[in-house]
Amino acid sequence: MSLTNEYIRQRITEKFGDAITNVEEPAGFLTFEVPKEMNLKVMQFLHDDNELKFRFLTDLCGVHYPNQEGRELAVVYHMHNLVDNVRLRMKVFTGINDPDVFTATSLFESANWQERETYDFYGINFVGHPNLKRILNVDEMDYFPMRKEYPLEDQSRIDKDDEMFGRGGSIS
Amino acid sequence: MSELIHQQPHHVKLPEGSIEKQTTTLNLGPTHPATHGVFQNILEVDGERIISSEQTVGYIHRAFEKIAERRPLYQITPLTDRLNYCSSPINNMGWHLTCEKLLGVNTPKRVDYLRVIIMELSRIADHLICNSIVGVDSGAFSGFLYVMQYRELIYEIFEEVCGSRLTTNIGRIGGFERNFTNAAFEKIEKFLKEYPVTLKEFENLFNRNRIFMERTMGTGGISAERALNYGFTGPNLRATGVDYDVRVAAPYSSYEDFKFDIPVGSTGDNYDRFMVRNQEMWQSLGIIEQAFRKVQEFRGTDADVYHADVPEYYLPEKQDVYTKMEALIWHFKIIMGEIDMPKGEVYHSVEGGNGELGFYLISDGGRAPFRLHFRRPCFIYYQAYSELTKGALLSDAVITMSSLNLIAGEMDA
Amino acid sequence: MARPVQYNVKNEGGKIVITDDMPPGYGGEGFFATTLDQVVGWGRKNSLWPMPFATSCCGIEFMATSASHYDIGRFGSERFAHTPRQCDLLLVMGTIAKKMGPILKQVYLQMSEPRWVIAVGACASSGGIFDTYSVLQGIDQIIPVDVYVPGCPPRPEAILDGLLKCQDLVGQESLRRRNSDKYKALLNSYGIE
Ligand code: SF4
Repeated sequence: MSLTNEYIRQRITEKFGDAITNVEEPAGFLTFEVPKEMNLKVMQFLHDDNELKFRFLTDLCGVHYPNQEGRELAVVYHMHNLVDNVRLRMKVFTGINDPDVFTATSLFESANWQERETYDFYGINFVGHPNLKRILNVDEMDYFPMRKEYPLEDQSRIDKDDEMFGRGGSIS
Repeated sequence: MSELIHQQPHHVKLPEGSIEKQTTTLNLGPTHPATHGVFQNILEVDGERIISSEQTVGYIHRAFEKIAERRPLYQITPLTDRLNYCSSPINNMGWHLTCEKLLGVNTPKRVDYLRVIIMELSRIADHLICNSIVGVDSGAFSGFLYVMQYRELIYEIFEEVCGSRLTTNIGRIGGFERNFTNAAFEKIEKFLKEYPVTLKEFENLFNRNRIFMERTMGTGGISAERALNYGFTGPNLRATGVDYDVRVAAPYSSYEDFKFDIPVGSTGDNYDRFMVRNQEMWQSLGIIEQAFRKVQEFRGTDADVYHADVPEYYLPEKQDVYTKMEALIWHFKIIMGEIDMPKGEVYHSVEGGNGELGFYLISDGGRAPFRLHFRRPCFIYYQAYSELTKGALLSDAVITMSSLNLIAGEMDA
Repeated sequence: MARPVQYNVKNEGGKIVITDDMPPGYGGEGFFATTLDQVVGWGRKNSLWPMPFATSCCGIEFMATSASHYDIGRFGSERFAHTPRQCDLLLVMGTIAKKMGPILKQVYLQMSEPRWVIAVGACASSGGIFDTYSVLQGIDQIIPVDVYVPGCPPRPEAILDGLLKCQDLVGQESLRRRNSDKYKALLNSYGIE
């Protein structure tokens, strides 16, 4: 039996009811959103169920939507059922002022560093993570660089005259 | 081990206090020559045995994902070059395929086959470095010198196709920037003829070599379940016995037209990883040969097709730019990145040198991606290093590190 | 009459080919006189011990330079020591992130004088394409650099050319340079005592 998107959708709505929202299929890729308190429960269900068997966490990353009041930060999980070769994408949204999301490390070891990376970039606080600290950047960094409000350019650079590039501002 | 130290024979007189701390802390990296890349391992060793270890990465974090949010699509290709720089073309193609998925572009068959040739060549280049470095770390330098010459042949092919050796920026959205020259095909043919001989020789040096087997068998092993839990993909996962290969699971670039096997191991140890990579090189050679023949079969106008028709992203011919108004406008629009891409959200993955290389692209209809995330296989499976080396000898841990094929550029993004 | 000195000279078909440029001086049978500066410079230049500090892509190109095809050994520099204490030439290849900066500086400090530095590739020279919050905009912000090799990555030929340029510098360096006030001021400007 091949696992279809409709079937997965039916199973999870059966189990979690209205908690599953924003179900879409961009490019045939089942995508849905769950409330942030439920992320572990849904993942556990997807992982343990004998038919669904989503036992491979392909990817975990954060996204920042500065214009969505109250749900600025998102965590996106890509899960994969390797037996039937089906993928799905699960999203969790959280406000920027209380960026607490439960960690997936107890289910997947691979979530460990990916969550640390997400913390490093977006400041999402993974509750229950065994070792939540910066991974790619220096420990002394005091902001979360991937948030949209921070500039890309190196602020300490002094050899570049921005006027030449039409970006205003010059160094005297 | 630690009990042994307590049971010192009575005639050995150690200075007072010298055995209070029974283990040694050893710092391996970030500039240690054995790490072949910049990452740090802080090891707690008891004699030669590793008790625990902790990894630090991020020493060449270059903020690719942040840069990508400011760049039009075609300017992101050079960034992908620098992810896994041992097999840049695969990353380039993966990125182009992602863009094509978002834009809904269908590429002609000939483009697909040419891409397959390039991708498999770079897979060989990648595996060849990894395997020869495993050889170097287990004390056999000659294998490295044997095969490096053939990597130069591969680089010559890349040079012929795109003009660059390592950071290739090969191809464009929709195909290639120019057709393959005859010289390129000749070089591919030459490579197909000469490389198997050397690869055989390389295998003769290692595969049944007693010293090499003793060094690599049974070290750095991992079970299939643990490997999956740790998010292993690529040769490292296949060495544990799971036949997951993106080329087969979700064929891209017409991989479904080719016949090849997925080599798998059983124990997931260093020897299996080495053998899987070696076998994959043979399979890649087979694929290149098939693709090469398929490309030769095109006749008539089909034989000159090297890109799809994507006027919004594929630069017009230079000659037209100089003489035709419309082409000039397109040229400027593309170069200045003034083309809004469709809204959407795509995930595309290719089988990179190290495993599933994924691109998660969110577009809000602007000129640059709203968010681009790279699924970097290296970064994900390096987490398992602690577990792989627990209780292992220090010298084996070094081989484990090189047989995982850790590429710092990919790890740190 | 003294015969021409034949040491370090190969005779190819009657034409005398000098395999290495000797410093200018007076020579006769069994002796050669020149200045100490030149002898020392000549010796140093042909026995550089490089310390490859390879972090990323450029390091892979350096691998090609040192392997069979390009063979850096032809230029008297194949003795990579991998420990800064024994080396006198630091080859920095690849991106240096801010996290890596202090480590690079420490490696430089561990090398003993006289020491030379080559920055290989755009990243090491200027930060390259990565004008980002995490990348150091050129290693010359933390250590003095003698030769810059442009390219992203430079071809192996370019790396070899950089090495030859550095050899020229080494050969011509005066023995007193490292004790001069100017040099001390240079190091001080990097915060190195
Ligand atoms: S200069 Fe280019 S090739 Fe060299 S390390 Fe930087 S990005 Fe990589």
